[in-house]
Amino acid sequence: MNVAETPFDFVTASYLTRIGTPSAGTLAELLTGLENCSDASIFHHTFQTLGVHHFLTKGFSNDFAQWTLASVNRNDLAEQLAALDIRDYTAIAALRSDLCRMVRDFCEAHPQFASQTGLERFYFCESVEVTVPLGRSARTLDEFREGLEHLSHAGFYFHFISSRLRLQLQTNDFSIWLSSSLGLRTLADSFNHIDVYTNTLDSARAKMLRLIDRERRKA
Amino acid sequence: MTEVLAASRIPLENYAEVVGAGEIEELRALAKPLRGRSIEMINSTAVGGGVAEILNRLVPLAEELDLGIRWDVMKGAEEFFDVTKSFHNALHGEPYCPKPKDFEIFLSYNERNRASLPRDAEFMVIHDPQPAALIEGRPPGTNHWVWRCHIDLSHPNPAVWDFLEKFVTRYDAAMFSSPEFSRQLSIPQYLFYPAIDPLSEKNCPLDSEFIQQVLQRYQIDPQRAILTQISRFDRLKDPVGVIRAYRIVKRYFDCQLVLAGGSASDDPEGALVLKDVLRAAEHDPDIKILELPAWAPLEVNALQRASTIVVQKSLREGFGLTVSEALWKKKPVVASAVGGIPTQIIHKHTGLLAHSVEGTAYQIRFLLSHPEIAAKLGEHGHEHVKENFLITQKLKRYLALFLVLDRR
Repeated sequence: MNVAETPFDFVTASYLTRIGTPSAGTLAELLTGLENCSDASIFHHTFQTLGVHHFLTKGFSNDFAQWTLASVNRNDLAEQLAALDIRDYTAIAALRSDLCRMVRDFCEAHPQFASQTGLERFYFCESVEVTVPLGRSARTLDEFREGLEHLSHAGFYFHFISSRLRLQLQTNDFSIWLSSSLGLRTLADSFNHIDVYTNTLDSARAKMLRLIDRERRKA
Repeated sequence: MTEVLAASRIPLENYAEVVGAGEIEELRALAKPLRGRSIEMINSTAVGGGVAEILNRLVPLAEELDLGIRWDVMKGAEEFFDVTKSFHNALHGEPYCPKPKDFEIFLSYNERNRASLPRDAEFMVIHDPQPAALIEGRPPGTNHWVWRCHIDLSHPNPAVWDFLEKFVTRYDAAMFSSPEFSRQLSIPQYLFYPAIDPLSEKNCPLDSEFIQQVLQRYQIDPQRAILTQISRFDRLKDPVGVIRAYRIVKRYFDCQLVLAGGSASDDPEGALVLKDVLRAAEHDPDIKILELPAWAPLEVNALQRASTIVVQKSLREGFGLTVSEALWKKKPVVASAVGGIPTQIIHKHTGLLAHSVEGTAYQIRFLLSHPEIAAKLGEHGHEHVKENFLITQKLKRYLALFLVLDRR
């Protein structure tokens, strides 16, 4: 069995939600908010919300799309916003730019809807991340499996989803370690191809465990 | 100040079955850097009300994580609580002209309690407006003071809020149940949801036999659809509006309506509302109006579990934890988009929101026609509560807050 020189250290992350001052009642105000809010706010309403709502595997993508659908009733724009896939982004600036472009284009094309007041306001918030080591590490695939199986949702989300922004790469902590420390490139790629939009955190983890078991049988 | 010894003693490990062992391991990891650190929770009552209920559960769990936590309640006479009751209502937006004497009373009781404060803990958590002025005696030093506001400050009476704001802005942070309830403040504000305890009598799993007994006691037919609203008899909960919605639904579906709440006997306003509700019910045998003794948690639990659809048609709402209670039991919920309800009901994902009597009736009819969608909403609602509104999540938020304050 391969033994990695560098262990995988399991970490957990907890998120506090900081209430921001801006809020939006119309699409035009949403656009202003998107242009001016902090990076932590864009992260909160896209990456973080996907982690918190992981159990919604149909039709939920991010808070902006949900508000546009449920409060402003603009299905067309909501659909566009929901189609944004956070896996395509390794930097908040690019994600913000695309969000702004979509809302701006819509407001320009449909000025009558830009100032229409929504049923509820949209409140911009921010995520404040607190990470702590779990005191669990892995040097072999067996140890990694054990750690993965016992990871909390927040820990799993931290390593699998929000890691993209930290790494600024279109991959995740698990895949990087499997590939670079254990040389398991195929397994690493399979992990990275698991769809976070159509899986819950639990079903994504279950798929990973099955992939590991298959790898162990091969060995 | 009087120290409160929390009544509830449910071991942390018991929650592993509900939330998973990984979540408990995570709580222990977050608590590790805080082991032995002193935390003081201060509020104004040890019994009754949501804050006391939450602290009764939270404090023992924090002790299990080896945190030096203590819970004290303020001492006050009738004149103090009369003033704070008026402040409370005024902060909710009710008209009120405070007299200078009211502010004096408020400050003098805060000062007296400050003098008897047993210690200055490293983390001082002050709940709600009543003890907010305790910060006056904050020693220059390194401890952290946070203010947890459980009430809706979106439309406060300006005179009362101006008075209170001077104290609030001296804290290191404030926490609110919804962004909508917060104010523009110079200090950081965090979102802290209220929480339910999945192992409490109100939310624990029940035998179907007990549920049947409760239905039988109140002559509710388990074979027909049951619509339920659990809330005190208060105009802001719009029980008459629920009856109107039920009547619209009844044209198309054979159903029963259960309106259950605490006894209105010692609440003059509640008694008037109850009278209106009885009048609106017009002796319809399918409308069950239940005055439950002291909220009878097991009976509320049984009624929620027996329901086909749970309704919360409030006109105004704090957080509305009855919604989370119903979602935890995997019930489809139709609720008004007010207060903290939209946080719990993500429209078309974890329940359905409505904005009128007709809208409420329409959503109920939709769910009665599509039981498979109703079931899915209930399942998602359960997961939503598990991720966000359980007592273990609340404890996690506190741990994260203390770590954030410590790292500043």
